[in-house]
Amino acid sequence: MAKHETPLLDQLESGPWPSFVSDLKHQAEIRAKNEEGVEFQIPQDSVEDLLGVLELSYKHGRTHWKHGGIVGVFGYGGGVIGRYCDQPKLFPGVEHFHTMRVAQPCGKYYKTDFLRQLTKLWDLRGSGVTNMHGSTGDIILLGTTTPQLEEIFYTLTHEMNQDLGGSGSNLRTPADCLGESRCEYACYDSNALCHFLTNEFQDELHRPAFPYKFKFKLDACPNGCVASIARADMSFIGTWRDGIKVDQDAVNKYVENDPAYPPNAGAHKDGNWGPFDIEKEVLSLCPTKCMKFENKTLKIDNANCTRCMHCINTMPRALKIGDDRGLSILVGAKAPILDGAQMGSLLAPFVEVNPENDYEAITEVIENVWDWWMEEGKNRERLGELIMRQGFQKLLEVTGIDPMPQHVAYPRTNPYIFWKEDEVEGGWERDVAEYRKHHLR
Amino acid sequence: MAFISSGYNPEKPMENRITDIGPRHYEEFYPEVIKKNKGKWSHHEILEPGVMVHVGESGDEVYTVRVGGARLMSTSLINEICDIADKHCDGHVRFTTRNNIEFMVDSKDKVEPLKNDLNTRKFAGGSYKFPVGGTGAGITNIVHTQGWIHCHTPATDGSGTVKAAMDVLFDDFQKMRLPAQLRVSMACCLNMCGAVHCSDIAILGYHRKPPMIDHEYLDRLCEIPLAIASCPTAAIKPTKVTLEDGKEVKSVEIKNERCMFCGNCYTMCPSLPLADTQGDGIVLMAGGKVSNRISDPKFSKVVVAFLPNEMPRWPSMTDAIMKMVNAYVQGANKYERLGDWADRIGWEKFFEVCELDFTHHLIDDFRQQAYMSWRQSTQFKF
Repeated sequence: MAKHETPLLDQLESGPWPSFVSDLKHQAEIRAKNEEGVEFQIPQDSVEDLLGVLELSYKHGRTHWKHGGIVGVFGYGGGVIGRYCDQPKLFPGVEHFHTMRVAQPCGKYYKTDFLRQLTKLWDLRGSGVTNMHGSTGDIILLGTTTPQLEEIFYTLTHEMNQDLGGSGSNLRTPADCLGESRCEYACYDSNALCHFLTNEFQDELHRPAFPYKFKFKLDACPNGCVASIARADMSFIGTWRDGIKVDQDAVNKYVENDPAYPPNAGAHKDGNWGPFDIEKEVLSLCPTKCMKFENKTLKIDNANCTRCMHCINTMPRALKIGDDRGLSILVGAKAPILDGAQMGSLLAPFVEVNPENDYEAITEVIENVWDWWMEEGKNRERLGELIMRQGFQKLLEVTGIDPMPQHVAYPRTNPYIFWKEDEVEGGWERDVAEYRKHHLR
Repeated sequence: MAFISSGYNPEKPMENRITDIGPRHYEEFYPEVIKKNKGKWSHHEILEPGVMVHVGESGDEVYTVRVGGARLMSTSLINEICDIADKHCDGHVRFTTRNNIEFMVDSKDKVEPLKNDLNTRKFAGGSYKFPVGGTGAGITNIVHTQGWIHCHTPATDGSGTVKAAMDVLFDDFQKMRLPAQLRVSMACCLNMCGAVHCSDIAILGYHRKPPMIDHEYLDRLCEIPLAIASCPTAAIKPTKVTLEDGKEVKSVEIKNERCMFCGNCYTMCPSLPLADTQGDGIVLMAGGKVSNRISDPKFSKVVVAFLPNEMPRWPSMTDAIMKMVNAYVQGANKYERLGDWADRIGWEKFFEVCELDFTHHLIDDFRQQAYMSWRQSTQFKF
């Protein structure tokens, strides 16, 4: 017998898509029965109260969670978000219901022994409700009380060799695509770089010293599976400088509609698109029209290729990314709060990815950008907003990167150039008396 | 229940303290076939919706079965995922950026037993626990934010709107009949913890009433200068207010006509709540993308200014989404993303074929960038 009636939520149990309501109800039953004999450290009926307070929100059309208080683990300024229910009398099991962010392994691969350790810990000391994963990438543990925070952190660090993630005005836990681990398009090892950056900047991740949040996201190719270009203050997107590698025999297999060579790796199998047509589906969709197919030979004018990935995605067995690989760094992306959304802007077109020297070409850019932002950024000002306020030219100045046409989609359409004095021959100090000798008042 | 110590000593918090160790190393968790072929993959193929094979230069193959899941997930469900991974995948499993779960096996004969196992597992309410799909030119899982389950600023629910949307979109989760992939994202307020502003279709919670002012408590709970500084439109200024009992307190005054309902002040000051049953609801955006494929990444555009919160299944929202998906399927070319299709036919045609109303709310009036979206041409369609 459920503790609270949930007639509105119950209507979300039907339909094919996995029902979070069914899952939560099942979890509530498991806690109530407690066949494992867990000595629950937070209220046993917390999931029932969670369903109860959610039902109330469905009835009211308003949330029933209050602002977070300042809670956390000793020495860290992030990783825990305080959360309290605004109807504690009705739902005492979720009166204190804090979130913990646990740093996810790069690529989000797991072994079950780790996950089972985590679920055991969370059953004992929390609600048993999680997000796999949160939007930033962390494992999210939803719902525990203040006295449990240090205990959970102790078990994570001592028994699981596992740390918390970031929150607040910190470096947020970096997130990556699976990269070279299982993708032929990967231009660099995103798992390795993500792990390196996460560990290299642990201090920035745990102890708030920034004007606001800062996100790293790593896409190993321009397809952008982790959406870094839209949501990371600094995105690392794999690219290459030489030519696309072409296997002409395989190109012809696609042209001949060989069933072992389905276009776009089979992604359109359920549509009625007719036989594959290289002219229509590849050459004419190429954004720079840099390809030709003549006499059974595909020719790519690589100097005019912008590496959009379309031809490679469409004929993955025939076309491969080049060998001179690295990454582009784009900066300043963010969601609309406050001054409107910003897309990442290209800062470094090609940077070497070299684990042998601890990725120094990359960390140099990061440190220069951070020095500037920490010095000049206002409270709650994202990097993208600082760039807007002080200018892209200033960003180039502080990073020591030379301006180049790749930095712009097109040059400025107004001539209001803020010339600096040292850029103008003779400087700005002039003798008006001398001028008036030749130009009468 | 008795308190159980982890070993932590609150008297000596620094004793044996371990910090700054980061996440576990990814290599510990790679399946063998992944470890062996990393960086040496030749190509891949989507064999059927939700099932992929990746082939290494070595000739090794890894078969991946992708399933959808609610990102809000209980430990008992995670344990069940572990049971499946132990039974079929040598104890390995991975999650995707879009909250899908991937089970990997190293030979083809292991795929069918795995798929059958996944397909038979259902919740008591009848829904699938692990629906296979979410690949290629279809609709994959919706990335979303907390909503009413755990957040203080949402204008709608996350999990519920996603469940309602995925139920109506489910056929396209398990099929690959669309012109290109179609990414749906959900954020329950403007803060967009999950950035949805570059999605083919975005569901966004939005407030429409300016904050209420809890004068009696405001100065005690908030730093007034921080609340003032937090407002992007400078609508908040300090004031003094006389309470009913005659007591004069410091508080703030809000120019309601300047408010854009972002809730940023509420984040800084709990005495400025703005949630409201009638005021809150859903904005739909469309036509964004993050991939660099064929065309540049682009922002989503607001195509429905407001829909009320209709718990528990948001029918007006799902209707509008289905209208867009159906018109897109009818009209777009192969490989054309929703936004590229809308750009090609023109947004005036988009509203016509999607049967969506165009209202004055959809014309940008927010700062300089607004101008960029007005039509500066005589080229348009009647």
